[in-house]
Amino acid sequence: MEPTKTEGTEYFHQVVDCQWGCPAHTDVPEYIRLIALGRFGDAYMLNRKSNVFPGILGRVCDRPCEPVCRRGRVEDKPVAICRLKRVAADNRGDITSRLPVAPKQKNGKRIALVGAGCASLTVVNDLMPLGYECVIYEALDKTGGLMRTNIPAFRLPASVLDEEIDYIVDMGADLRLNTPVNSMRELLDEGYDAIFVGSGAPKGKNLNIPGRNDSDRIHVGIQWLESVAFGHIESIGRKVLIIGVGNTAMDCCRTSLRLGADDVKVMARKPRGFFKASDWELEDAEEERVEIVVNHSPREFVLRDGKLVGMNFDLMEYDIDDNGRIVDTRVVGEKFFPCDDVVLAIGQDNAFPWIERDLGMEFDRWEVPVVDPVTFESTLPGVFFGGDAAFGPKNIIWAVEHGHQAAISIDKYCRESPLTERLPRGVNLQSAKMGIHEWSYSNDFDPAARRIMPHVDLKRRFRKLDIEVELGFTAEQVITEVERCLNCDIQTVFTDNLCIECDACIDICPVDCLTIAPNADEDTLKQNLKAPVLEPSQPLFVSGPLKHTARVMVKDENLCVHCGLCAERCPTAAWDMQKSTLDIPYALDEAAEEMARCQRKAG
Amino acid sequence: MTFIAKPKIVHKGLSRNALGLTIRDYEGGMSTLCAGCGHDSVTSAIVQAFFELDIAPHEVAKLSGIGCSSKTPAYFLDASHGFNAVHGRMPSIATGASAANRKLYLIGVSGDGDSLSIGLGQFSHALRRNLDMLYIIENNGVYGLTKGQFSASADVGTKAKKGEVNEQQPIDPVQMAMAQGGTFVARGFSGDKDQLVPLIKAGIKHKGFGLIDVLSPCVTFNDHEDSTKSYAYTRRFFHPAVHADFVPPAEEIKAAYDDGEVMPVEMHDGSKILLRKVSEQYSVHNRGHALDFIRAHHRRGEIITGLLYIDEAEPDMHGISRTPDEPLSQVPFGELCPGSDAMKGLQERFR
Repeated sequence: MEPTKTEGTEYFHQVVDCQWGCPAHTDVPEYIRLIALGRFGDAYMLNRKSNVFPGILGRVCDRPCEPVCRRGRVEDKPVAICRLKRVAADNRGDITSRLPVAPKQKNGKRIALVGAGCASLTVVNDLMPLGYECVIYEALDKTGGLMRTNIPAFRLPASVLDEEIDYIVDMGADLRLNTPVNSMRELLDEGYDAIFVGSGAPKGKNLNIPGRNDSDRIHVGIQWLESVAFGHIESIGRKVLIIGVGNTAMDCCRTSLRLGADDVKVMARKPRGFFKASDWELEDAEEERVEIVVNHSPREFVLRDGKLVGMNFDLMEYDIDDNGRIVDTRVVGEKFFPCDDVVLAIGQDNAFPWIERDLGMEFDRWEVPVVDPVTFESTLPGVFFGGDAAFGPKNIIWAVEHGHQAAISIDKYCRESPLTERLPRGVNLQSAKMGIHEWSYSNDFDPAARRIMPHVDLKRRFRKLDIEVELGFTAEQVITEVERCLNCDIQTVFTDNLCIECDACIDICPVDCLTIAPNADEDTLKQNLKAPVLEPSQPLFVSGPLKHTARVMVKDENLCVHCGLCAERCPTAAWDMQKSTLDIPYALDEAAEEMARCQRKAG
Repeated sequence: MTFIAKPKIVHKGLSRNALGLTIRDYEGGMSTLCAGCGHDSVTSAIVQAFFELDIAPHEVAKLSGIGCSSKTPAYFLDASHGFNAVHGRMPSIATGASAANRKLYLIGVSGDGDSLSIGLGQFSHALRRNLDMLYIIENNGVYGLTKGQFSASADVGTKAKKGEVNEQQPIDPVQMAMAQGGTFVARGFSGDKDQLVPLIKAGIKHKGFGLIDVLSPCVTFNDHEDSTKSYAYTRRFFHPAVHADFVPPAEEIKAAYDDGEVMPVEMHDGSKILLRKVSEQYSVHNRGHALDFIRAHHRRGEIITGLLYIDEAEPDMHGISRTPDEPLSQVPFGELCPGSDAMKGLQERFR
């Protein structure tokens, strides 16, 4: 194999699985270390730089970082990355003086933003400090978008939302509540320099089966959750069926329990393993005695004397192949489930009835505007999309990343610079060696298991709709959980011409991830490794030829616990532990670069 | 040296042997040797060999004398028996241990100082009585623990780190063992586990005194350019004469070998060593011939390695002494020590 190229940012970034998995590339290991040091405010600000809403995301993020966490491969459970973020937010103290501020002197550019959800707010967060005037149009009488309407208050308290949204709005954004945008043409006519659409995916999917329109006790999940959030709905029948098994379904079933239901069933068409809901959301719902019924496909609503009394379901049977894919489906029977209410939580769509189709904006065959995945610009110059409005329903952390990228594009658009000429990412490596046997991070592997989040007890939590169920980690739990982080950003960096092939690193590696072997093609090399390759998706590091024997050093990144023992045992410092810091450009950095470019031109 | 112990992580790629143990169960305490010391690699090879042989750690006694090498038994097989003897006297302790319990696997780890200077006499006599043990000499040509003076195995012309040249003839434990009638003589290199691990396995299974002289560079005092015991020099002049593959008793010989090229040697427990000649003219059963071959190459500065001589037919200490098969430690006391009356009777016979 050719020696691995570690020059760019790709290789070392990939090794930090959590940061690589996070759409916004939050520097997870660094904020966990800051928490370990008790520097909660610093940890919060580091988070805020990339994900803008640490308090919110620390409670309700979809956590793409956790399933990929290396700890989950070394043992069973990943580090509780998400809930540690909440620790930083809960204990941050007063950080208001460290928040970005908007300059008094504006740059004369006005931006309109449609929707006051996470995507729009991120754009405002990034553009206000550059002197832009931001006008936010919000149809409802509160900010937050789906974060407020679709996520129940027992998971995300309103106070947390308000605080973090106010950080942004208080920079001086022009927030117009109760102001729906009914026409894109009219908005364009207002003469804004750019428009950002962050209106989400507000249309819940319907279920067109017999009886659907014959009762008012059949609710569309996201609209129903919104009505609950705004106090328009305060009760529900005792028996409730939830159709669908995504994260919205989990919010619907748990909300039902708090509105008077005592028999809630989540009806799933497919078996477990095909559920869209995250494992932890399923766990939380099941802890509240919600029954999840698998292999039932809705057939019809059953009404008696005009009143909804239940639903009929087809009993499904599936053939699943070795790869876990469904290869055949059969209906093997029918079953009736009585109920008072039904909540449909089978997905949502974005809908743009307010965008005229003759504006020159291209729509695809699903009636969704065509959006550039890098610049987030639609085919109508100056109109940008982000969040669920851009590529359909994802989650908050994706919307935040869209917002960051759209903000860069909007700034470039307003400066009349090409949108695609964006700053590259950078990576900085710095040795973590502090002295003999001394490293600048806690490298001793702690075998502790993942801490379990304490919850309000089952009796008390149902008394009110907005009792936050998760209590947050205790101080003792935090101390243990932070040590579970493997510090994957402290990279093992190898210098081949220093190696004397003494095998010291190979002998000491606690997970057998190092091998010195004659160079060969990838398959042969993989067969000659000290431990078998368990995760082919994980990168393999291959050094250049070693000077004594021309063999190569091979490292399987999969299980490396970054204990630093290879570097500690290396007599020639061929191995070194170096902290990698990823440099991700934001609108502020791009703007600084633009200004420098202008100055160079002028000079 | 490191202050951080190797954490015990039972990861998903870790295999288990016939006893259900992982290789981590054969490790010992944290090494306090210099980072990059060859001895740590030898330790690791010993760990691997015992793991692969499915030997329970409590069936092993590890013995040593004094020196860097003699510290290493602390770093493997935590759950075995052990004795750290005075300088050069490990063979006596091993003799006692073997006499008391012949069922124990004995492994002695010594160095060039411990075996070739202060303990040379003890070493010779252990060879002579064909004590059933594996005797590893971690040979680096210097006294590392006392800051790098030449040892008895330093080659003529090699330089110390400060520049002085050695002019005295070296003692080569391999040639000595060969000349003294050793029954299993091998040489390995800490930097080549593919060769070393099968040698250790064969040495453990050999009935009699198994000597492996392991070139194990001293990374602190003897790994410089003018040293003949450095990693670089050893790699350059390292000549495997015979490659030994160890095959456990129950296993069939699966690998394809050409006839005549491979010679199987049957061990006492039914396991086999497959000897693959690397040098054409080498004969592993002809003591005189082997000795000539090693000497000839030594004159050219080459280091001949591999399993250099083996004789499974010679009786070991227990065979010579005609002791019972049962370990003496398990013979009832009354039988083992018949009492003063029996002693008197015995003495009467000589009056």
